[in-house]
Amino acid sequence: MKIHTYESKKGKLWLRIRRNWGLYLLLAPALLLLLCFSYRPMYGVIIAFKEFKPAKGILGSAWADPWYKYFLKYFNSYQFGSTIKNTLTITLYSLLTFPVPVLLALAVNQMRVGWYRKFFQTVSYMPHFISTVVMVGLIILLLSPGSGLIGSICGLLGIEAPNLMGMAGAFKHLYVWTDVWQHAGWDSIIYIAALAGVDPTLYEAATVDGATDLQKIWHVDIPMLIPTAVILLIMRMGGLMSLGFEKVYLMQNSLNQISSEVIATYVYKIGIVNTQYSYSTAINLFTTVVNFIFLILANQISKRLSENSLW
Amino acid sequence: MANKTAAKKVKRSGADKLFETVLYLISFVLLVIVLYPLYFVVIASFSDPSAVSGGQVWLWPKGFTLDGYQEILKHAEIWTGYRNTIIYTIAGTAVGMLVNICAAYSLSRKDMVGRKFLMLLFIFTMFFNGGTVPTFLTIQDFHLYNTWTVMIVPFSVSVYNIIVARTFFETTIPEDITDAARIDGCGNLYYFAKIVLPLSKAILAVIGLWTAVGLWNSYFNGLIYLRDADKYPLQLILRNILIANNMEMSFGSGEAMQVARRLANLMRYAVIIVSTAPIMCCYPFVQKYFNQGVMIGAVKG
Repeated sequence: MKIHTYESKKGKLWLRIRRNWGLYLLLAPALLLLLCFSYRPMYGVIIAFKEFKPAKGILGSAWADPWYKYFLKYFNSYQFGSTIKNTLTITLYSLLTFPVPVLLALAVNQMRVGWYRKFFQTVSYMPHFISTVVMVGLIILLLSPGSGLIGSICGLLGIEAPNLMGMAGAFKHLYVWTDVWQHAGWDSIIYIAALAGVDPTLYEAATVDGATDLQKIWHVDIPMLIPTAVILLIMRMGGLMSLGFEKVYLMQNSLNQISSEVIATYVYKIGIVNTQYSYSTAINLFTTVVNFIFLILANQISKRLSENSLW
Repeated sequence: MANKTAAKKVKRSGADKLFETVLYLISFVLLVIVLYPLYFVVIASFSDPSAVSGGQVWLWPKGFTLDGYQEILKHAEIWTGYRNTIIYTIAGTAVGMLVNICAAYSLSRKDMVGRKFLMLLFIFTMFFNGGTVPTFLTIQDFHLYNTWTVMIVPFSVSVYNIIVARTFFETTIPEDITDAARIDGCGNLYYFAKIVLPLSKAILAVIGLWTAVGLWNSYFNGLIYLRDADKYPLQLILRNILIANNMEMSFGSGEAMQVARRLANLMRYAVIIVSTAPIMCCYPFVQKYFNQGVMIGAVKG
């Protein structure tokens, strides 16, 4: 039937490549951009081991002495402990909120009134489309004790409004729960999709056995969602040390800086603002490697404990 | 859907009814938690700022005013930012679609030599990257710093979008058609343009919308790679208005300062509306495409 496969297996490699030249042409732009703007910077990582001077270029700059000088500098610096602690606190805290989208999906799946279900989904996805800048602007506005919503609510309750944005201790809670507010609905889509794939006969069998709705959720729905949840968790393990720059940087101010300075914001300030290129790159490289190890570990553990793994 | 009709036929127990009531109650509370802050921003943007800070605005605007919006008109940089963002979004979406969809198609073809290796090359960048400074230096080496191009071309490859589109092509374009076209002597490019693309409108919509929303909302590239304010995207201007100036404003007292601060806050509410309205208005109409995209991605995440 498939004449060409038979033919191409026998044919020479070059012939097979030449016959599909069009496909390589289609791939070329993406590949070129990838080489220039993803792989070229990876080569640039060697400046972490050099005394990089922009005028001398990457190759022309002298090697650092010892080669791990900038790594040592970071490990011995005051910021080493605090940036790592802040980064891990926030990422692990957000990791703990992973059941929220699962619960939302289970709830949506139970809604039997069609229009309400649709309305609920539309509303819960909406905040996802607010940009980070506007989101943080919104947080600051609504939480400003003098003029925001929080001032009004506290006034109603007759208590003094706290200045949450200025409290270092409140930073992680604010960061994580505003994130849940913004993205939990959107993150639930993938679970809703998984639930849509449940075999209806399972529910019917459970009904015949006299199971209540809650029991159906526990014994039918949740086992369905575990593989998806595990895969998503493994992916997030690979980002433990790379808390996104954008939102933290915007939420940061001089009052909450002790608990809001994370690795990404520190790397930006050291590298782009203070132009200590080699030092900043060394910190970056260190976190990337740690992330990679976490990812592999998480994947290995999950492979042992269950059937789910990324590769 | 069958389970719903089946469930209706069987008489529901008392526990189930209680459960359902609790479910609707909780979901209603959640709706309020999500919607009220958004609604509050809308009414606050039309209200007398002293009524807002005095805690008198709850359900309707108090002391209706358009001062906030008028204030925006005075800020020329907002409109420059708006124009720049529209340019970046349109051009960036076009480039992103071209680059990612084409790459995704060729990587979806099983008869392409080296496909596995090439795919690995793409996926590797999801977990490993050069980092902020080496990327910045690369952009400088290519003389792209502070240019329009930097906002459109260099970071247009999205491995995630490629994976989603590739999965779509693999699952929806039957190999038989590909084989038939091959036997008829139809070239790959012609086949891609005339047959594959028309069959893939859904995925084109998804990737296009994702890319456009991402570009509209991003500020990181502008912050790092642009120097001139007249090239700033809207989000970077918004950052100055909503966040950077906020801290300076909260210190100092006096009557004039109070008034200025209130007007600034009123404008902030209005700015949020003006910048977010385009996306929020389009969103309900294109929502189904977004959902589809996530589901396609979920098949083979």
